[in-house]
Amino acid sequence: MKFRTFAAFVGPSVFMMIVFIALPLIFVFLQSFQVTQPIREMVEVETCTPGFLTQTCTVEVKSQPVLDENGNVQTETRWVGFESYANVLQMGRVWDAISSGAIAQIGNIDFWKALRFTLTFTLLTLPLVIGLGLAIALAVNNAARSIRGQVIFISLLPFIITPVIGALSIRWLFYGDGIVTAWLEMLFNTDISVAANGWAVEFLMMFYRVWHVAPFAFVIFYAGLQTVNQDTLESAIIDGASRWERLRYVIIPHLMPLIVFIALIHLMDAYRAFEEVVGFSSQAQRITLQWLTYDFLQPDDAGNRSISRASASAMLTMIGIVVILMPLLRKTWRDHRGGH
Amino acid sequence: MATPKALRQSVALRAGSAAFLTFWCLLAAFPLFWVLVMSFKSPVDAFDANPLAVIFGPRTLSDGNGLSIVDIVVGLAVLIYAVRFAFTGLPRMVRAFTSPGYIVAGWAIGAVGFAVVFVLLFFGLLPILLNVLNALVGPLGEPVLGLTTEHYKAVWVENEFYRNFLNSMLVTGGVVTVSLTVGTLAGYGLARSGSNLAFWILIAALVFRALPHSVLVAGYLPVFINSAEILSPILGENAPTLYGQPLAVIAVLVAINQPFTIWMLRSFFQSIPVELDEAARVDGCTHLQAFRLVIMPVMWPGVITTGLFSFLLGYNDFLVTSLLLDAQNQTMVPAIAGYFNRETTTTDQVEAIAAAVSITAPLFLLVMVFQRQIVSGLTAGAVKG
Repeated sequence: MKFRTFAAFVGPSVFMMIVFIALPLIFVFLQSFQVTQPIREMVEVETCTPGFLTQTCTVEVKSQPVLDENGNVQTETRWVGFESYANVLQMGRVWDAISSGAIAQIGNIDFWKALRFTLTFTLLTLPLVIGLGLAIALAVNNAARSIRGQVIFISLLPFIITPVIGALSIRWLFYGDGIVTAWLEMLFNTDISVAANGWAVEFLMMFYRVWHVAPFAFVIFYAGLQTVNQDTLESAIIDGASRWERLRYVIIPHLMPLIVFIALIHLMDAYRAFEEVVGFSSQAQRITLQWLTYDFLQPDDAGNRSISRASASAMLTMIGIVVILMPLLRKTWRDHRGGH
Repeated sequence: MATPKALRQSVALRAGSAAFLTFWCLLAAFPLFWVLVMSFKSPVDAFDANPLAVIFGPRTLSDGNGLSIVDIVVGLAVLIYAVRFAFTGLPRMVRAFTSPGYIVAGWAIGAVGFAVVFVLLFFGLLPILLNVLNALVGPLGEPVLGLTTEHYKAVWVENEFYRNFLNSMLVTGGVVTVSLTVGTLAGYGLARSGSNLAFWILIAALVFRALPHSVLVAGYLPVFINSAEILSPILGENAPTLYGQPLAVIAVLVAINQPFTIWMLRSFFQSIPVELDEAARVDGCTHLQAFRLVIMPVMWPGVITTGLFSFLLGYNDFLVTSLLLDAQNQTMVPAIAGYFNRETTTTDQVEAIAAAVSITAPLFLLVMVFQRQIVSGLTAGAVKG
């Protein structure tokens, strides 16, 4: 294919990715070193209140925003270096906490709180998703052919459902007087308030994520199981391998590329977890890195969005993405070089 | 053929495997099933600690909203018949009444017509008919199962949820159409070119796929809010404010979706033999003609599968739409956040549940119709690399 034909085919897509993904990334990078604020000026204001004989007048210096001729607030954009990063990271408080020996204090700073939760969330759900997905795939592969279609249909539901709604549907089972909480209360004969307990909420968020992603892993493992080499399995049986050994030494090595694939996709997606915080309304207890950026972008009570801080936290989130992607990119590069 | 003795499984293993599968199916379906049941009950019943009270809804029943045995039997029969007709009679009719070139339009008209007839019959004619029947059959006509649709009425009519629904359809429809048009072209180009540039585009797309969406939105927001000012030197007075525009959100979602779309379509295009292009080229087609006349007709399964995933991305999105659209153009998923955040009374909560079920229903239909395509789409990416 000639270069010009190739460019004509790929052009629109590349254009969209440059305008709406690459350029915004550069903007965010620049914004994270800038601050845009309304220009304020100091004005002496004399306020007089009528008093006995003479008026009582006070003069105070007020800071007020400068308006342009249309009555809009004038803003200025300054380069501030790493100030926004410092605002997000709050290293001063971190060092204080470390030097005073109260490491738990770090958990009160939004960024570190979000980082702690996002990493725990990502790493703990990973083995659960792969394990559950593999178990379902093996069980379905073991089941009668006639029911496989229905089982796949039911399994796809948690995966296909809108993430916020999926999180909500689990929240409604537990929060307040939810039915499962009612059962647990009957079982243990105590009062349980799930929404008030940070660890319970954290557990529910992880439970939701595993429930949501395991079907994806299951479908891919199930497809992989169909291509297991039957001859190898038979020779393993002749060699006297038990069922467990066949799973361990024949089936799992065969599925290994798929396990790596699912692990990578899951790391990418769980690292940018966001919908769980919205669905479980957990912002008081547990937040994720992407939610932190989202929160900075939301207008506050005065209608201001802290764009610079959002950009700084977004760039910090990116570091993790690069770390996760590194092995994948290196492998793809090696395959590409080897392919030529 | 009998299973060889060595491969035969012990009873315990088979029972364990079946039990595990049952447990998983319950786990997968229960939250959704329970939410569906709750959405039809009065708030007191919906949040009852006794599961039987939630299912049978005694207080919903005493409020005068209930179904008799006759209602349930007739209603279920109509539902089952409708579903069976949708899978057997409808395809036959569509095939009989459309000429081969217009099969997609035929399906669209068939589906919409089926939906309209079903709604008219099920919600218009059936209640009137059942009222008469219930009066005739005596004890069988007494209501036994509490069920109310008041929350759905409150959500769709009083809270004007249909506006959000239309916005969702606009955004989702736009995302699917544009990303498929742009994506098929790129996917074809990438599948047929082995150049280094193609490789680097794919790698960049892979990196872009991993980006958190909030990072990108942080880049759009200041530009979109001030776009009237920024664009005015070029467009003059007519420069639009992009913030709050569904069209701008469509563009953003298409771009976010592009990396995934081109990877998936590329793998589908690679499964079509190159000889097919070459034959067309020998017969005198240009690349574009070969693509349009020869390759696209055999690509429909791949395009439908990719379209499904674009649909899911546009339909399920919360982050981008909630930040870039204002209240009057809001789509369904962010709009639901308004319900559970105010959550002052249990009535509000049940209304939120009804809204959630309304959002889920189209997805449920989607899995029913396109299960095979979704499974093939999920595996296409994984198995081929």
